[in-house]
Amino acid sequence: MTAGVVGRARGLILPLALVVLWQALASIRGIESDTLAAPVQIVGALGDALVNAEFWIATRDTVLSAALGLALGGVLGAMTGLVFGLVPPVSRLMRVPVEVLRPVPAIALVPIAILIFGFGYALEVAIVAFAVFFPVLILIEAAVRGVEPRLTEVARLLRLSPGARIAKIVVPAVLPRAFVALRLAAGLALVVAITVEIAANPMGLGARMILAAQSLRAPDMFATLIWVAVLGWAINAGLVRAQAALFPDAQRPR
Amino acid sequence: MTTVQAARGPETPIMAIAGASVSFGAARVLDGIDLELRRGEFVCVVGPSGSGKTTLLRLLSGLQPATTGTVFHQGTVQNGPARGVAIVFQDYAHALLPWRTAAGNVSLALEAAGLPRAQRADRIAALLATVGLAAHADHFPAQMSGGMQQRLQIARCLAQDPDVLLMDEPFGALDAMTRQKLQDEILRIVAASGVTAFFVTHDLEEAIYLGDRVVALEPNPGRVGAIFDVPLPRPRTQLSTREHPEFLRLRRDLFDFIQQFEP
Repeated sequence: MTAGVVGRARGLILPLALVVLWQALASIRGIESDTLAAPVQIVGALGDALVNAEFWIATRDTVLSAALGLALGGVLGAMTGLVFGLVPPVSRLMRVPVEVLRPVPAIALVPIAILIFGFGYALEVAIVAFAVFFPVLILIEAAVRGVEPRLTEVARLLRLSPGARIAKIVVPAVLPRAFVALRLAAGLALVVAITVEIAANPMGLGARMILAAQSLRAPDMFATLIWVAVLGWAINAGLVRAQAALFPDAQRPR
Repeated sequence: MTTVQAARGPETPIMAIAGASVSFGAARVLDGIDLELRRGEFVCVVGPSGSGKTTLLRLLSGLQPATTGTVFHQGTVQNGPARGVAIVFQDYAHALLPWRTAAGNVSLALEAAGLPRAQRADRIAALLATVGLAAHADHFPAQMSGGMQQRLQIARCLAQDPDVLLMDEPFGALDAMTRQKLQDEILRIVAASGVTAFFVTHDLEEAIYLGDRVVALEPNPGRVGAIFDVPLPRPRTQLSTREHPEFLRLRRDLFDFIQQFEP
């Protein structure tokens, strides 16, 4: 335990040293820039933001749209992946439409989505869902295909109904890999939500960041950027912990 | 077929293969197999590699359809797996659900049979006790040794309440001591449950030690080459049975038989 703490503390030495160096340079030479800010200024701006209600509303808007988009795209992608994995003919039939739609960058759909949804949550949720749908679909389809064939034979020998086979064999076998897909998709959802806000949607942390940049408030821009990084890190850390709790080593095949 | 159904009774073979062959594409793996399993007997199958031992077992299980010919179970034609026919696979690690405990793995067969939840716990406890895993009900397969995992798979098969227990080199991946122990346990379990056992192995001595009959297959394509009756007394014991003159004679006959097909 202490060794872990020490190891983690050692990992912080380099970044902290760089921040100190940056601050020292800023203090000695002085920064007069529209794009750069000294660490002390950034920390100050972040402190101000954290006691600002609008900042928290922006945080909520970003996290909520990312989460709803992740839920929508993730559930649809997982269900489609399950069907594609279980019924290969359907997968073959849908291959061309999927391969045509998949490479379309989600952000490229923003203009169309604005026409359909206008600005607001729906726009952002739809774009995030589109972005998340395909990777989840592909990962779940591959996971379903990868279910131990011996277990499929056991299901046949026990004459499990198709529903029981999915519920008792396929879904539990796929869950650990589905959780990895969730972690990937959660990171992607945050990226896409922020991007939609920077590009078009006038809400959330992305919009706040681009507004700060355009108003030449570099400390505020960096403060928001750091906050976004903290959010991304916290979401991943939470999911990693959940993964370790839900899928202990003892339940992994050897 | 009607005659087979009419003759259904204690003397009817519990399973029968009539003129069955299995081909994978152009490759004929089994050819013209005729074989009967009598109720409660222990049949072992040996043969050189490529003689279709596993395919024969899968044919009996219903997992592998016959290309020609017919498989009968309880006097009726078998089309696909039946709950009365269970398989113990060699690769126990792949055949168990890693996310379920020992009790949960046994439960799977009971759930498949539609046993109400309230009645499962007692059955699970009894089955785990039968295979000597009573103290490990809450352990996951990854926390168990190979021998324990194979016992668990046997318990799950017994939970199907089968009349035929098919075993595909079940002890092939285990060390010698564990193998001998499980040989004695499977004899005890089979004798106690009255199940008909069909046991594929590449170990000639194991086949003689366990079996009432030993079916020796010929390769390319797989055919029944010879059937050896094993008149050794039961219960069998690792030391005296293996020193029995009849055991030694059978071992030589089987060895000579297999030897002619080895390059």
